[in-house]
Amino acid sequence: MTSALTLNDYLFVSGLLFALGIAGVIIRRNALVIYMALEMNLNAANLALVAFSKFNKIVDGQILVFFIIAIAAAEVAVGLAIIVALYRRKRTVSVDELTTMRL
Amino acid sequence: MSIHDILFWFFSIAMLVCGFLVIANRNPVASALLLVLLFVFMAGLFVLLEAFFIAAIQVLVYAGAVMVLFLFVIMLLDIKASERRKFRVLSIVGGVAVAVAFVWELKIVLGQPVKLLTGGGEELHGGLEQVVKPFFAHYMLPFEVTALLLLVAMIGVVLLSKKEVK
Repeated sequence: MTSALTLNDYLFVSGLLFALGIAGVIIRRNALVIYMALEMNLNAANLALVAFSKFNKIVDGQILVFFIIAIAAAEVAVGLAIIVALYRRKRTVSVDELTTMRL
Repeated sequence: MSIHDILFWFFSIAMLVCGFLVIANRNPVASALLLVLLFVFMAGLFVLLEAFFIAAIQVLVYAGAVMVLFLFVIMLLDIKASERRKFRVLSIVGGVAVAVAFVWELKIVLGQPVKLLTGGGEELHGGLEQVVKPFFAHYMLPFEVTALLLLVAMIGVVLLSKKEVK
């Protein structure tokens, strides 16, 4: 299989997805959607790691991705539990209205 | 242009379109479903990179477990599609500016010549054995610590979800 794809192609796609994730975190006001954008960021990092692993012929990148996925699953569970607890108390998930800690 | 390249561009463009729609959509349920689609396309890219194990994990854990969790929470919270709430201009400008700055920086970095490692062991063939073996040799301790962390996270979630934390 001869393909003209280089490492840079994969890294560029990964970077574009990361930029979309950052923009989502900054623009959106809904805590759940902010979380989804964060997941996009994590996935962009995963893509970069797998691409590095493939082109450097080292398997460690894929192992790191495995750990990232495991941690992300735990992180999502805890984060969503926090959002649910917040909703119970404040009746909203909009980050504009959660201003308890604002000075 | 081989089939490999065509698939790469298809998956990449579809994934980026999904990513854009996730953050542009007003309805959180639609966002979540588009995110599932994004994860599936990402798994396709992993298959192109011959990381079959990671692709399977991606579909099982992300597209399966994580997104079911998201949908459940959306159902629990009973969120209406955010009604015509106008996005604040400042945050849109800020978000787009940061994203553009990041992509610009990325172009500069990727313009540099890449130096790949040479002689980095045998060719990766995507077999399960090659990927999984290090977990039971060199990465034994991190692997076990991950198990502990999942337990801690589970206890934390149960505690957080209790009716009243005294």
